[in-house]
Amino acid sequence: MPESIEKNMSNETLITGKKAENAIKESLFLFTLYICVTIAILTLMTLIYDVLSTGTTRLTSDYEVGLITKIQIDNPIDFLTTLDSRYPDRAGIGPAFAGTVWLMIIVVSVTFPFGTGAAIYLQEFAPKNKITRFIELNLTNLAGVPSVIYGLLGLAVFVRLAGFGRSVLSGGLTLTLLILPVVIVASREALKAVPDTIRQGALALGATKFQAVFRQVVPSAIPGMVTGMVLGLSRAIGETAPLIFMGALTYVNYFPDTPLSGFTAIPIQVYNWIGYPQAEWKETASAGIILLLGLLLIMNSLAIFIRNRYEKDL
Amino acid sequence: MENVNDLRDQLTKTITRPIEKIVKFFITASAFAAILISISIIFTLLTEAINFFQDPAVTFKGYFTATRWTPTFQNPEYGVIVLISSTLYIAVIACLISFPLGLFSAIYLSEFATKRTRKVIKPVLEVLAGVPTVVFGYFALNWITPNIIQRFIPGTGVFNALSAGIAVGIMIIPTVASISDDALNAVPNSLRNGSLALGATRRITSLKIMFPAALSGIIASFILGFSRAIGETMIVTIAGGQYPELNLDPRSAMYTITSSIVNVSLGDTPHGTTAYNALFALGITLFIMTFILNIGSDYIARKYRKEYE
Repeated sequence: MPESIEKNMSNETLITGKKAENAIKESLFLFTLYICVTIAILTLMTLIYDVLSTGTTRLTSDYEVGLITKIQIDNPIDFLTTLDSRYPDRAGIGPAFAGTVWLMIIVVSVTFPFGTGAAIYLQEFAPKNKITRFIELNLTNLAGVPSVIYGLLGLAVFVRLAGFGRSVLSGGLTLTLLILPVVIVASREALKAVPDTIRQGALALGATKFQAVFRQVVPSAIPGMVTGMVLGLSRAIGETAPLIFMGALTYVNYFPDTPLSGFTAIPIQVYNWIGYPQAEWKETASAGIILLLGLLLIMNSLAIFIRNRYEKDL
Repeated sequence: MENVNDLRDQLTKTITRPIEKIVKFFITASAFAAILISISIIFTLLTEAINFFQDPAVTFKGYFTATRWTPTFQNPEYGVIVLISSTLYIAVIACLISFPLGLFSAIYLSEFATKRTRKVIKPVLEVLAGVPTVVFGYFALNWITPNIIQRFIPGTGVFNALSAGIAVGIMIIPTVASISDDALNAVPNSLRNGSLALGATRRITSLKIMFPAALSGIIASFILGFSRAIGETMIVTIAGGQYPELNLDPRSAMYTITSSIVNVSLGDTPHGTTAYNALFALGITLFIMTFILNIGSDYIARKYRKEYE
């Protein structure tokens, strides 16, 4: 008897020892996971804090230029509407802001019909054959092509071949190519989410397939499609590299008035300002970034709002 | 279902209005535009790249063996190896950051996080994914370099491969995390439950059951992340500097394929010159590299999806 008790005890200590070791390993592992997630979140917060703290000084404080002139830009609206300048405290983002608005208009008006059109065809009408699969494969690959290559394509096709020159139109069309795959995929998801009963119901009531798709399915998928469009657009307005080939980096001190006029855009203007070594430019660049991030925040909130608002109706 | 539709379409063919035909033609054309875009990318890159190699100053051998990339100098040299090695170097630094952070974040999200924490962390990662690269470039140059790199490794230059690589890595974390998270979620719950029922801890379950089961999806996310690191442009242009010679010191500036594309195009190179054509030679080099990686990632991801369907 004592022998077996001893045996049991040693077994038990062995087990509890292992348990304790396991518990330590367990919490260490969880701790590592926490650290990893925290690093990602902390980086984002540091980035936003750094940009905000540097940029707001530019937007709210006053500067001494030389000994005599004192320029005060308390009003962020001034920053939004004034032209670029050789002096960091006077440089505004007006033309770049206007350029970005122009780009958004062009991108939306071209991407929306083509993107949703392609999605409707692929999801509702396309036969399941090799050609369709080839198109799908193409879309997947296009989504992975680095944006700088779309810039080269835009340079060769829109600037040179089509003769649009280094204009806001060339820039908008280049960005359209860039986000088209994203918008098509998102729109297909929206169509996929429409229950089959809607299609069958329409067909059962004698609608043609065309009528069923365009009068029943597409209207219920519109919120999803708009969400995809807004997300694609928010990717487009943050893009810098493809636009550099459109000559958007040259000193632009006017507001683009036709689709064929030269332009600059917010991210390009920011890139330009980052390039100057003086510390004051850093503040101006941060102010530009605040505007850019603010725009993106508005657009993403819009997308989330649309998604939440209309999701329940289906 | 399909047959019924076809029959119905045939029956109603007579009453199809012309507008329907136009719309149908338009949407079909839109879908085929995808093929058109791919063809025009390959066509433009190839034709200009061929022009580049027809210049007597450029040799195919020189392109792959020269150790300097100086297309706009008096005696231009076109050694793409300089650019490829810098590109891969920075991409590897980025992967060292993003693979562990992204994968562990994914494991946390799918295996440990409650629904509520998931609802907070997922959007944060989405926001991180949506930050424009020019902003990351600014962050790398004005925050990571002075506050981290130069503090811990004194003597590092303003432009250095390390800070560019770290910033690219941070940019990729959401890509790796969200695809790995999807892969872990696609593993059937029965595997997870079975492991837990047999007395395995959650750590053992995550590492020995879930991780191997989702491995192909996780590898797909790594390849895609690597491909995005190679194609990343603005961060390396802003923070990575331009050092046109072969070097492997992470503290010094480097010159990636993408940043040299940007810099050559900034020099306002006239159409038709060798430097202009060099842009497209670099473009197709980059395109081939990312294309192979993307295909590989897609192939692996597809293969694993079938395993559990």
